[in-house]
Amino acid sequence: MPSLQFRLNGAAIAVDADPDQMLLDVLRGRLGITGPHFGCGAGECGACYVMVDGHAMASCDMPMWSVAGKDVVTLEGLGTVEQPHPLQRAFISEQAMQCGYCVSGILISAAALLKRNKSPTEAEVKAALDRNLCRCGSHNRMVRAVLRAASEMAAS
Amino acid sequence: MTSPAPKLPVSLVANPRLSSWVRFTDAGRVAISPGKVEIGQGIVTALAQIAADELDVDIVRIEMIRASTAMSPNEGVTSGSLSIQQSGRALRHACAEVRQRFLAAASERLGVDAALLDVDDGTISGPGNVRTSYWELAGEVSLDHDAIAGATAKSAAKRALAGHSVQRVDIPDKVFARPRFIHDCALPGLLHGRVLRPEVSGAKLMALDQEAARSVPGLVAIVRDGGFAGVVADGEAAAEAALKVLRKGAIWSAGEALPDEDDLAGFLRSQPVETTVIDTRTAATQNAVQTLRRQYTRPYIAHGSIAPSCAMARWDGDHVHVWTHSQGVYLLRADLAIVLKLPAENIVVEHMEGAGCYGHNAADDVALDAVLLAKATSGRRVRVQWSRHDEMSHAPFGAAMAIEIEADLDADNEIVGWRHTIWSNGHAARPGRAAQPALLAASEIANPYPRMISTNPPAANGGGGDRNSVPLYDFPAWTITSHRLLTMPVRTSALRTLGGQGNVFAIESLLDEIAALRGEDPIAFRLRHLRDERARDVISAAAQRAQWKPQKQAGIGYGVGFARYKNTGAYCAAIAEIEGADDIRVKRLTLAVDVGEAINPDGVINQIEGGAIQATSWVLKERVRFDRTRITSTSWTDYPILRFSEVPAVDVEIIQRPEIEPVGAGEAAHGPVTAAIANAVYDCLGVRVRDLPITRDRIIAAAELPS
Repeated sequence: MPSLQFRLNGAAIAVDADPDQMLLDVLRGRLGITGPHFGCGAGECGACYVMVDGHAMASCDMPMWSVAGKDVVTLEGLGTVEQPHPLQRAFISEQAMQCGYCVSGILISAAALLKRNKSPTEAEVKAALDRNLCRCGSHNRMVRAVLRAASEMAAS
Repeated sequence: MTSPAPKLPVSLVANPRLSSWVRFTDAGRVAISPGKVEIGQGIVTALAQIAADELDVDIVRIEMIRASTAMSPNEGVTSGSLSIQQSGRALRHACAEVRQRFLAAASERLGVDAALLDVDDGTISGPGNVRTSYWELAGEVSLDHDAIAGATAKSAAKRALAGHSVQRVDIPDKVFARPRFIHDCALPGLLHGRVLRPEVSGAKLMALDQEAARSVPGLVAIVRDGGFAGVVADGEAAAEAALKVLRKGAIWSAGEALPDEDDLAGFLRSQPVETTVIDTRTAATQNAVQTLRRQYTRPYIAHGSIAPSCAMARWDGDHVHVWTHSQGVYLLRADLAIVLKLPAENIVVEHMEGAGCYGHNAADDVALDAVLLAKATSGRRVRVQWSRHDEMSHAPFGAAMAIEIEADLDADNEIVGWRHTIWSNGHAARPGRAAQPALLAASEIANPYPRMISTNPPAANGGGGDRNSVPLYDFPAWTITSHRLLTMPVRTSALRTLGGQGNVFAIESLLDEIAALRGEDPIAFRLRHLRDERARDVISAAAQRAQWKPQKQAGIGYGVGFARYKNTGAYCAAIAEIEGADDIRVKRLTLAVDVGEAINPDGVINQIEGGAIQATSWVLKERVRFDRTRITSTSWTDYPILRFSEVPAVDVEIIQRPEIEPVGAGEAAHGPVTAAIANAVYDCLGVRVRDLPITRDRIIAAAELPS
């Protein structure tokens, strides 16, 4: 199997993988990265989102060949307990979830938004999260949390 | 005069041993072991608050133990908005008694009257600077005693945590990607299984050519037991690949016909049924001059958990250990014991968190799948995860309903008679409650059990199809009748609120229609027919908060809905503001709720917000689709749910009543919100839509009907 090289959460990595295998399978099955979740396997729910070169994308239907040379960030790479991303802090402050299964993908979509738009409006946040499904109905809390993170980032 | 004998909470009656609920562990920790499980509703945090309050320890010392049949109290199933009511009361009582027992021991050791002792974060102190602690005394205070009825919990005013919005204990793990879900349990050597299920509804596996699948790299085993078949492999991708090949070798029987999805009422009203008269009230005089007869329908609704159901199992000889996100570990164990023909003691069922389930989805089914597949790999743990397709087609759905109400009106259009009739499949087919198993694979194996036809919980437990069908309004006469179908071409079981959503939609829609007929404000009309002060208060609070009724504007509509969940639980009133043009858009929902003592107010608000948004999704979008042979809404494209850009603003007011025993909040909003949206659609467009979901097509169809 060919060795595929890419960056994962800031570190260079080489994985021997079938080029047609999906990134999510490799992350979860081979690399122990369980932040991205399987939800549908068809790129329709957003639970498996990762950032690829700064864009939030489904990893469940992203073949490994397309990841070569790219910069991939999962929830694990967003921040840590010691050095949380402002979004992680804001999601705790706003208690922005119920079950939280979709949250990993939503944090990735939000982080990608804040990279390209430092002070989004509420409508822009909703548009950026529109491909992510949440079944518990925690949407409004999540939107508030993203706006809170944006204003914290602007203030610091 | 004697006061009634004090009674133990129901969960303590069933599980009286104090040590099964509370243990003081090393390093100054307290292990609290409820029988209820976390399903994203925040229950674990609320229960920790109750325990910390009653024991007077800092909440960070509390370690909440996941339910397991190996050690936890048996609290049945985590459903029906009963966890705060059942587990909360039991824990409050148990912790109060534990505190008393420790104070008695401390009094003896310190030589100080127990009444003079105080507890602060687990340290017990008294006059003269004497002190000890729960942990120092733990060796001499046995909790292997049955709870007694006399222990008194603190008064509401003395509780430090209850009534406060303590942050959820599970949220940090979920934002920092620390594995918490069963799906994320990564273990060396873990095997992965997948199960072969038919495309055609009710089809049975007749023959299976396994040859080609055997050569799929990574395959560990192919399992076949009658009509049940699946694969085990060393990775998920390998298991998927093997299943794909195996499917090509499968020959299926013809299936069973499905009903016409465009005539659900016709189907529901033509089936053999079991009929129950739920309630009657008779009046002396009948002076009706006209009768309004209206039919309401609700479609089958999918649970639609974002995570496909998942379980793990490992056999060791004739013992099996199961990890599951089931809502009832003991109930699942009971069904597994029947299917496996094993004593229950040979089976340990342990809970791990899954995604929100909103009722009985495939969580239990996949556990039996894992157990059957793991038989082939004794000693190794097998993890099985359903596909999105199977989750949306083989898991039980919330039952479709047809509801007819006849309202007799007098010359002033006042209600003098009311007949409410329901046709629906049963709303519950959970495991562990019958002599036959409810698990899907049990109907597929070589000596299959018949598929369980859903039943309804008894009225004393809130009923099923009849849930919330008895009006809270003081009409002079009524008859409430429930017809439960004895056929079940589409598999149904518990979905949030059971029949409550459909019944509240029907009652509150017709009330709105009658108020309009009278030219009376719909809120004034409701208040005039309600004597219960708590009911009146939530309606008035919601009305005030929404500034009812804002001035009429073109294209905007307002509607109200009210219910007390199960007629015994939380009170909730909802006011919807909608925008109606080509499509209906819900702009704002204003709700007032009374759950008695709100242990964690933000948790209650979160549940009400979530319920309101989920109900909006049900009302505007959701409908399980099928043709005459198969379920066709098997992806998020075919079964759309509400998205971020479509979600309304939700504003919730809690009426706190610390002196009243708490009840759950998870199902209170669905019925009222459904009715409020439907009534707002009428306010906006002048069209009564009586068939859910309220889509553009349904509005056009309703506009063309007379009346």
